[in-house]
Amino acid sequence: MITEPRGRKLSKEEFAQVPHVTAQPRARYAWSAGPAMSRFLEELKRGKIIARRCNRCGRVLVPPRMFCERCFRPTDEWVYLPGTGVVETFSVSYIDTNANRIEEPILVGVIALDGACEHCGLMHYFGEVSPERIHIGMPVEPVWKPESEREGAITDIKYFRPRREEDRQ
Amino acid sequence: MARLREVAVIGAGMTVFASRLMETGKELAWEAAKQALDEAGLSLEDVDAVVLGTAPDAFDGIHKKGENLLDGAGGANRPYMRVYTGGGTAVMAPIAGWWHVASGLFDIVLVVCEEKMSSARPHAQSVFAHIWDPILDRPLKPNLVWIFAMEMQRYMHVYNVKKEDIALVSVKNKRNAVDHPCAQLADPKITVEDVLNSEPMALPVRRLDISPPSDGASALVLASLDVARELVPDRIVTIDGVGWCIDTTMWTNRDLAFPKFLARAAQQAYRMAGIKDPAKEIHVAEPYDPFNYKELQHMEGLLLCEPGEAAKLTREGVTQRDGRLPVCPSGGLLGVGNPIAATLGIKVGEIYWQLARKAGKRQVKNDPVTGVAQAWGDLMQFSSVIVLRRR
Amino acid sequence: MTMLERIRKPTEIKHWLGHMETGGYHYTAGLAGERFFTALRDEGRILGARCERCGIVYVPPRIYCERCFTELNEFVDVGLRGRVRSFTIARIDKDGNRLERPEIRALISFGEDTTALLHLLGEVEPEEVHIGMEVEAQLKPREEREGRITDIRYFKPVG
Repeated sequence: MITEPRGRKLSKEEFAQVPHVTAQPRARYAWSAGPAMSRFLEELKRGKIIARRCNRCGRVLVPPRMFCERCFRPTDEWVYLPGTGVVETFSVSYIDTNANRIEEPILVGVIALDGACEHCGLMHYFGEVSPERIHIGMPVEPVWKPESEREGAITDIKYFRPRREEDRQ
Repeated sequence: MARLREVAVIGAGMTVFASRLMETGKELAWEAAKQALDEAGLSLEDVDAVVLGTAPDAFDGIHKKGENLLDGAGGANRPYMRVYTGGGTAVMAPIAGWWHVASGLFDIVLVVCEEKMSSARPHAQSVFAHIWDPILDRPLKPNLVWIFAMEMQRYMHVYNVKKEDIALVSVKNKRNAVDHPCAQLADPKITVEDVLNSEPMALPVRRLDISPPSDGASALVLASLDVARELVPDRIVTIDGVGWCIDTTMWTNRDLAFPKFLARAAQQAYRMAGIKDPAKEIHVAEPYDPFNYKELQHMEGLLLCEPGEAAKLTREGVTQRDGRLPVCPSGGLLGVGNPIAATLGIKVGEIYWQLARKAGKRQVKNDPVTGVAQAWGDLMQFSSVIVLRRR
Repeated sequence: MTMLERIRKPTEIKHWLGHMETGGYHYTAGLAGERFFTALRDEGRILGARCERCGIVYVPPRIYCERCFTELNEFVDVGLRGRVRSFTIARIDKDGNRLERPEIRALISFGEDTTALLHLLGEVEPEEVHIGMEVEAQLKPREEREGRITDIRYFKPVG
């Protein structure tokens, strides 16, 4: 039973004024993309989405990986996906990455890609669709940057847009 | 399974939860740990081992945070370990404490959890940015709230759950928190309209759907049943079941509507506790509620009702303190605050205080004997479950 | 069967550049730290906290004894003089660059039963430093002190 809990609260002003130290860490990285992601990024540069198949469970995995985490064995083949898919889930965000408010919302979500295993998807933006119209189950297709602008990154896809005319804004 | 010793919870403590506290992490750890030891009637020299739970080093901004906190957590010159499973730490740390005693290695173990999220500038959210995959996710400049928004969207769609029913959870918990002395966000007057009209963050999530980051610490004292019988014969509360499980790394490959990994962890804990029908045999529950929809989804993952049914129970008042199955009588993360690992105090700590009849104004009315607490963390993948019983 | 395909060109494996930096950190000094740094800044005093049960004096002070967990409320002035318990001569900085002048970092205790304070030694040649050497804190003038450990410039030998 707690009757008088300890802990000295500070207001924003007090927080800035009490004895304290500030510090800025330096932490830079060069992450190895590994064989699977390296090929994935190469293919994005070519305007394609590639996945890996595990022949034991039969799942086609995207993002691709060199091992199947369920069967715990190496995956077997590269498989190109058509790029089309369906909205698995989405959000209409009024905050950006730094938690600042934005006027025009960002539409983002998970796309379950055609040809890949159930629920297998990628996160990406949605475009050419209104917040009112976007819905789970909506068929979508990728919109790519022009070839000269692609770098081998997930952003080589600009966004996914509705496949059906009536869903498009 | 090998014969394991029975383990009891004999004391608990926690600091105030607030957005900014003056104390260093070590001082917070000591404040909570001392309080727990005082309640158990013990001093530090009685403690055989210490388990410390704390979430990413990056919040407090000190590498090897476990070692930095150790003297305040009572770990000096003792067997000591750190447990870290993101938000799941609040229940995983006591589970690790349970291993220490149940195995027969130690008789009295102190479990301490701490978090100081105010250190990260401009706010703890900027630290969350690094939880994402650097190649697939970060180039899209995501905000962590997006994941919860997407999970909430999927949950609402699959089970046809209305926002009005989800908002009831914020109302219940923030009102329950009025009776918690450590609460940061209690609001006796909050209504469903307040929640539905609150500032849009990443829809469907709005401001009053979320628990904010906090500073704070909590602690428990665990003892073997023999020791507990000597020290606190009038309030024997034992840990009867433990379970934990994790889903896959790739969160975009998961079924976001139903947390199978939680059901698995819950089944492990219920099996140990000899519980066959949790919906009937659990009398009070503290599922993890960093968002209001999570309380509903976790009630279902804990098998306390059918998938999609939690909204109905909430609407009918079943989960109020005077209902058949009180849920989050502490006020939860939504009402008391969210210092990640330190939420131990409002999860396992609350169930212990409820079963020990020491919850004061928060005491639930149904005379509970069996309770369950649950925590959830990492990139939405991990869950830990603990079942306590009053003897 | 191998998990890795045959990599013909090392440049086929990509690197992704990034960071794990935030907007920085703001560490409050804590309940004990507030008293220690305020006394250092305003009065030029170094405080410690004594645990009567264990006979240890913590410098800097703490609100609890780590051995017996007793709350420590009474802080004591440990003076400005201490002895070198251990030391090291640094000739490169934390990034591996050569320092123009070597820096002497030392653990300084303020009595038999105190914990040690980490700080710099100054106005002394590396060859002269020895364990047990008596040293005294050299403080910045009052108007330059900010309530930080650097309010002490360094410790220099006495006698």
